Amino acid sequence: MSTATSPNGTQQKPSFTTAASVYVNERTSVAGFVKELGRKAFPDHWSFLLGEVALFAFVVVLITGTFLTFFFQASMAEVHYDGSYVPLKGVEMSVAMASTLDISFDVRGGLFVRQMHHWAALLFIAGIGLHMLRVFFTGAFRKPRELNWVIGFVMFILAMGEGFTGYSLPDDLLSGNGLRIIDGMIKGMPLIGTWTSFLLFGGEFPGTAIVGRLYTLHILLLPALLVALVALHLVFVVVHKHTQYAAPGKTQLNAVGPPILPTYAAKAGGFFFIVFGVLALIASLFTVNPIWNYGPYDPSPVSAGTQPDWYIGFADGALRLIPPGWEFVWLDRTWSFNILVPLIALGGFIVAAMLYPFIEAWVTGDKREHHIADRPRNNPTRTAIGAAGVTFYAGLWAAASSDILATHFSLTMEGVIHALQATVVIGPFIAYFIAKRVCIALQKKDREIVLHGYESGRIVKLPGGEFIEVHQPLDEYDRWKLVSYESYQPLMLRPNARGKITVGQRVRAAVSRWFFEDRIAPVTKRELEAAHSSHHDAAELEAAPSSQH
Amino acid sequence: MAQDDHSGAELAAADSSHAAHESVASPGTALVATDTFENPGFPPHRPRVTDEDPKRERRAQRTVYTLFYLSIVGSVWAIAAYMLIPIESNDVDAVRLNNMFIGLGATLALLGIGFGAVHWAKAVMVDVELADERHPVGGSRETQAAAAQVFADADRESGFSRRSVIRNSLIGALIAFPLPAIVLFRGFAPQDQDPVALLNHTMWKQGTRLALDPSGAPIKASDVTIGSAFHVIPEGLSDLEHGKLEEKAKAAVLLMRLEPSELNELPERASWSYDGIVAYSKICTHVGCPVALYEQHTHHLLCPCHQSQFDVANHCEVIFGPAKRPLPQLPIAVDDEGYLVAQSDFTEPVGPSFWERH
Repeated sequence: MSTATSPNGTQQKPSFTTAASVYVNERTSVAGFVKELGRKAFPDHWSFLLGEVALFAFVVVLITGTFLTFFFQASMAEVHYDGSYVPLKGVEMSVAMASTLDISFDVRGGLFVRQMHHWAALLFIAGIGLHMLRVFFTGAFRKPRELNWVIGFVMFILAMGEGFTGYSLPDDLLSGNGLRIIDGMIKGMPLIGTWTSFLLFGGEFPGTAIVGRLYTLHILLLPALLVALVALHLVFVVVHKHTQYAAPGKTQLNAVGPPILPTYAAKAGGFFFIVFGVLALIASLFTVNPIWNYGPYDPSPVSAGTQPDWYIGFADGALRLIPPGWEFVWLDRTWSFNILVPLIALGGFIVAAMLYPFIEAWVTGDKREHHIADRPRNNPTRTAIGAAGVTFYAGLWAAASSDILATHFSLTMEGVIHALQATVVIGPFIAYFIAKRVCIALQKKDREIVLHGYESGRIVKLPGGEFIEVHQPLDEYDRWKLVSYESYQPLMLRPNARGKITVGQRVRAAVSRWFFEDRIAPVTKRELEAAHSSHHDAAELEAAPSSQH
Repeated sequence: MAQDDHSGAELAAADSSHAAHESVASPGTALVATDTFENPGFPPHRPRVTDEDPKRERRAQRTVYTLFYLSIVGSVWAIAAYMLIPIESNDVDAVRLNNMFIGLGATLALLGIGFGAVHWAKAVMVDVELADERHPVGGSRETQAAAAQVFADADRESGFSRRSVIRNSLIGALIAFPLPAIVLFRGFAPQDQDPVALLNHTMWKQGTRLALDPSGAPIKASDVTIGSAFHVIPEGLSDLEHGKLEEKAKAAVLLMRLEPSELNELPERASWSYDGIVAYSKICTHVGCPVALYEQHTHHLLCPCHQSQFDVANHCEVIFGPAKRPLPQLPIAVDDEGYLVAQSDFTEPVGPSFWERH
C-alpha cells in the first residue's frame, strides 16, 4: 500500500509488512508470482470442494502421521507387552504392536492423533473417489485435462496403497490376516508368485521383515510420490484454469469466479480448517481400528466378520465372488484362476477407467479444448457408462461384507453371494440402461421447459370454460443453462483418402453410433420462435370459433 | 429416439462463435446449429444482505471475530484437557476422556478458524467475481515454434540424430545400468533358502504330539469328546527360538471328533484318523486365512475371510466359496501314553496355492 516515498515526494516510514515484502521480493522475485496468481479468478461450485476435501485430508494425514512416526517402532521383534492396557499385559507381541498400544494408551493425546490419522486416511480416499466421480460425470477430463485425470488416478491407487500399508503396520490380528490374504494372492500369480511373496516377506510368511518394509513404503516412498503428484496435479489446475459450469457470462474463453486473494484463499483456507476440525471431532468421539480388541497377529486365530478398510473392500469382494473350483493343475503347474480372475478384472476395470478420456476423445474426434463442465444428463452415454462402473464397483464392495450382510439380515451366505454375483455381472447393464433413459428424459424435460416455459402453478379459466395452467417463459439467463450444450452425431463411415474403409474406422463408427445414436439436441432459437408462434396460432384458432358462436 | 431433425444446412463445423482460437482444432462429430442462442452475458449483480444493511454487516463481523475467539478458547481447552486429564495406568476410561476432551478442544480450535474464515469471505469481504481470459494451453504459435527450434538446435549441436552410434550406445547403457540394482533385490530374502522347498514341509513329523493352541499342552485321545473341536499346534512349537509364527502359519491344525459312522473317509486314508478323530490343516487353501469357524452339527468349516466352506465329514472337500482344494489332512495316531501324534508330515503342501505346486 504505502511506499517509502509517497507520490508527493514527502518521506514516509514504510510499514513493517511493506518492508518485509520488499525484503523478501528483492531476494526471491516473488512479486511476479503474486502479480500473476494473486488475482486469478477461481470458479466456485460445491462440487469443486470434493477435490479439496481429498487434498486437505491428505495434509491432515501428513501432519498426524509425522507425529505418529516419533512414537511408532516398525519392528517385529517379540516383546511381552507391559503398558497400561491390562487385558494384554504380558502377552507376547511385536514391538510394532506394543508401540501402537503405547501410542493409544500411554501417550496423552496419542490415541486422538492416531484416530485422526486413520479417519483422515479414510476421508482422503473417499474424497478422491467422489472427486473422480465429479470429474467423470461432468466430462472435466476432456482436453486439455486428460493427463491430469491419469495423474489423479495414479494418486488414487497410491492412496489405496498408503492405506493398506498403513493399517498393516500395527501388526495386529486383523491386519495380519490382511497381509496373509495379500500373501495368498501373490502366491497365486503364475510364474512370479512364489518368489515375489518370498522376497516381499523376507522369507516365509509372516517373517520378521514385512512391517519394516511396509513402513518404508508408507512413510517414505508412497508419500514422496503422492506429494510430488499432488503438486503436479495442482500445477496443472493452474495451467488449465479450473473448469466451470455453463452459466450466463461463462464461456470457453474465460474463467469466472472470486479472486484467489482474498476471497478464494479465505474460503479454501477456511475449508481446510473445517475439514481438519471435522476430522478432529470424529477422532475425539469415534473409535477406529481398535487393535487392542484384536490382539497381536497370530496365524491361527481369526475373528468372524473380518473385513478390510472400506477402500480395499472392492478387491476383497472380488475374491469372495469367484465360484468354486476355478483352479487347475496344467503343465505340472497350478493355475489359480480364483486369484487371477479378480486381479485381471480389477486391473482391467482400473485401466479402462484411467484410459476413458482417451477413448471418448477417439470416439468424438473432438480436438478442441473444453472448459465448460457438462451437466451429466447432457452426455447420456458417458453418464450411463459411469453408472455401470459405479454399480460394478458397488457390487464388489458389498461382497466384502457378504458374511455381515448374511448374518445381519438373516440371509444365507450362498444367497448373498449369488445375488452379488448377479449384481456385478448383470447390474452394470441395468444401471447403464436406467441411467441413460433417465438422462434422456431429463434432457427432454429441459427442452420442454425452454420451449414452453416452466409450470407456474397458476390455473386460469379460459372464456370457453377450459382450465389451463399458465406456463412462465424462462428469462434468457435461466434459459442459457439449459441450451448451452453441444451434442455429437454418430460418425459417418466414409472411405479414407485411399478409398478404403479401415477396420479401425468401422469400430470407431460403431462405437460412435453406440455413444450418440440416442441424443437430444439443445433447443435452437428457431425452434423457440416456432414454439412461441404455434402457441399464438393455437390461441387464435381457439378464439375464432368461439367468437362465431 | 434420435432427435436429429436438423438439415445439414443448419450444421456448422462447430463453435467458431465462442472459441475463436479453437476453430483450427477439429470439433470431431460435435454438432452446432447455426442459430444457437447467444450467451446473454453476466446477469445483474445481486447484492448480499450484508451489502445493503449495515446492521447485518456489523453482525457478520461480530460473528467472524467471535468464531476466531472461540477458536482460541478451544486451543486453551485442549491444552487444559491435556494437563487436567492424565492417563492413569490401567484406566481405560481416563484414556477415553483424555481423547475426547483434547479432541473436542482441538475441534473447536479448528472449526472456529474454519467457519470464521469462510464466513468472513462470504459475508464481509467485497463480493467480486473476476473473469480471467483463457488462452490455448499449448501456447502461441511463436512459442511452439521457438520450442521446436530449441530442440532442433540442441539436436544439431549435439548430433543426437546424426551420430546414431553414440546415441544408440547411450540407450543401451541406460537400459543396462539399472539391471544390477534389480539383482540386489534377491537380497530381500535369505540367499540360502528356496521357497518351494519350504512350502512343501511343515513342522509335523512322525511322532510329533498334537498340542493345544496356545498352551502347548499335548492332547490325549480320550479327552476328545464327540462333537468337539480343538485348535492344535505341534508340540514344541512354543519353545522354538526362531520362526515360531512362520511354522505356526503352516502347521496350525484343527482337530475334530465325529461319530465314526458319519465320517466318509477315502479308502487310502482309512488309517489317518483315530476313532472318529480327524486332523485337518487350518490354513485355507484359497489365500491362507485360518479356517477357524466350525459348525458342529453340519460338520462344516467356514473361512471367515472369503467364506469358503469345507465339509469335514467328506474329507474337507470344498462345498462353497472360492477355494478349490480340500484342506490337507494330517495323518494321526495314538502313542503309548494315549496322546495323539502325527503319523507324518502333511502329504501335500498346506495353505494357498502357488505356481510350483502340483
